[in-house]
Amino acid sequence: MTTTTVADLHGQATVDMTVDEAFRFFTESIGRWWPAEYHIGNSAMVDTILEPQPGGRWYERGADGSECDWGRVLAWEPPHRIVLTWQINGSWHYDPDPARASEIEVRFTPDGPQQTLVELQHRHLDRLIDGQTMHDAIDQAGGGWSSVLQMFAAAAPQRQQQS
Amino acid sequence: MLGDPSRRAIFETLARQPSSVGELAERLPITRQAVSQHLHVLKDGGLVVATAVGTKRIYRLNPEGVDALRLYFQRVWDDTLTSFQKAADQAATTPKETP
Repeated sequence: MTTTTVADLHGQATVDMTVDEAFRFFTESIGRWWPAEYHIGNSAMVDTILEPQPGGRWYERGADGSECDWGRVLAWEPPHRIVLTWQINGSWHYDPDPARASEIEVRFTPDGPQQTLVELQHRHLDRLIDGQTMHDAIDQAGGGWSSVLQMFAAAAPQRQQQS
Repeated sequence: MLGDPSRRAIFETLARQPSSVGELAERLPITRQAVSQHLHVLKDGGLVVATAVGTKRIYRLNPEGVDALRLYFQRVWDDTLTSFQKAADQAATTPKETP
């Protein structure tokens, strides 16, 4: 298998909260702010849960009570840093094999007395690419990837209006 | 490359279903000529590939998908962090429960 090098992805937000508040809001209230359209379960998502400890689960809960794993907590260092795995493969299913897990690191840095910079890095995307399922999903029509993009597309017009 | 709304719409449509220029022009409020131009840009950027099916050229997301995947997730994170920021702003301006 060829090793593809895929550049990391970055995102950031600045919030009017102390580092401690921002960390707690990000982790404890993730179900309140995570966009509802980004989920993998068959049932509509009603909550996103991040278990506050290394090895903890990161998962969604659906309206029918079902749970779908997204990844695991690798590092839990309140209030400055968390590292999570993103184990959602090309068919938008949870892939339990850690060898195919990409990683998300979130850092919380003070940016003033009442301000916090939140930086997100999504890395090891190549592990997803090398996963055959991601390849297949993009290659075929109607894969799981497509259905998430459908939800994504439905949400996109609202964003255009805001920007 | 996906900053252009028409190109983004084409990208998203192709993610759901590989299509010809004519099919894209039918589904989207874009002329055939503009669709062709946008596809050219997307192809040069490595996001889509074309295959000949009979007399038609069918466009789909590039199965080698590195850039397509990156762009997709970049938007996921932009969206997610925007949502976080908005919710945090709301929470921060909500009066604290102090007497």
